[in-house]
Order: sequence, then structure tokens, then C-alpha cells
Amino acid sequence: MFAVAMIAVLVTMSLALARALLGPTVYDRILAVNSFGTAAILFIAVLGYLTARPEFLDIALVYALINYIGTIAVLKFFKFGDLGHADDAEDTL
Amino acid sequence: MSPLDIASWALILVGSFACVTAGLGLIRLPDFFCRSHAGGIMDSLGMGCLFAGMALQTSSPLVLVKLFFIYAFVLLTGPAAIHALARAALHAGLKPQLGNRAGGDSSTR
Repeated sequence: MFAVAMIAVLVTMSLALARALLGPTVYDRILAVNSFGTAAILFIAVLGYLTARPEFLDIALVYALINYIGTIAVLKFFKFGDLGHADDAEDTL
Repeated sequence: MSPLDIASWALILVGSFACVTAGLGLIRLPDFFCRSHAGGIMDSLGMGCLFAGMALQTSSPLVLVKLFFIYAFVLLTGPAAIHALARAALHAGLKPQLGNRAGGDSSTR
């Protein structure tokens, strides 16, 4: 049953990678990486179910947190040129 | 095949279909802003149905709580991240492809 989910997630990952490679603008690439991260969460969760190891879901949860932070960090980098400097503390996103 | 298995089979099939649809949408949709919709499908429907299918298969409540927390977090932050991405793209001058021009390149930067 989970083999179907695994195949679907792997297909989605390859499609997201294809979009990341040929995306014209940089925002397509960020979107593709974001979708790849979501597919990675699904991959870890389904793998945890396939190998009957429930602790994989913790890894998937941490990955979900990191994926979100990564996307927002890249966005901030593109908007302000860098991730903030030491002197101006009130730099807003 | 107990009814529980049939239900989780159905949910997993729907979730897999949603994931593949999102992947195809990322590839085939013409414009960046259309593709961000495909990105949103992954976070909400694809993950929702797959996790619901998995939730029906578990017996221990701990796994259920973990599944719920992962899905709640991704449901709240996934579309928000894509919204921030679209705002950043709009702010940087990436114009959406409006109107029904026959050909034309996909992104009018």
C-alpha cells in the first residue's frame, strides 16, 4: 500500500527537481526547492511506515521546520541582499 | 481487506494522485504565479490525504499526535511561505502573465 505512495512521492521529487533545473526565474527555483522539501517530508514519513519505525516521524517534523526556515531565509536574502547586519537591529522582513 | 484498509487505500491513492498532479503542475503551468498554486497543492491536499491514510493504519496514539503536528505545521506554514515567495517575486518586478496572449515567453521579467 505504501509502495504506491512511495512511487508517487519519488515521481513528485523528480518533477520538482526538473522544475528547479529549468526554472527561468530564481523564484521558480525557490518554489521547486520548497516543493521538493515537502516531498522529502512525505518520503521520510512513508519510509517510516514501510520499515515500521515510528521514530522517522520526528525526523519528518524537524525537516518540516527546516524547510520553512530555509525558504524564508532565501527570500530575505533576495530581498535585502544579505541576511541582516550587526548594526541595525530593527531590520524587518 | 477490512474497511479500515479500504479507507486508507483510498486516501493514499487520492494523496498520491494529488502529489503527482502538483508535480505535473510545477512542470506544465506556464507562469511562475500559476506554478505557485501547484506548490500549494502539495502542502495541503497531497500531504493531508497521505497523512490521513497513514493515520488510519497506526495503533499507537503517539504516532497519531506526531502526524497531526507535522500536518498542522506544514498546513499553516507551507502556503504562507509560497505567499511570501509570490510577494517577493511581485516586489522584485516579476509581472504575472495576464490576458490570453497566443505565444509569448512564460515569464515577463
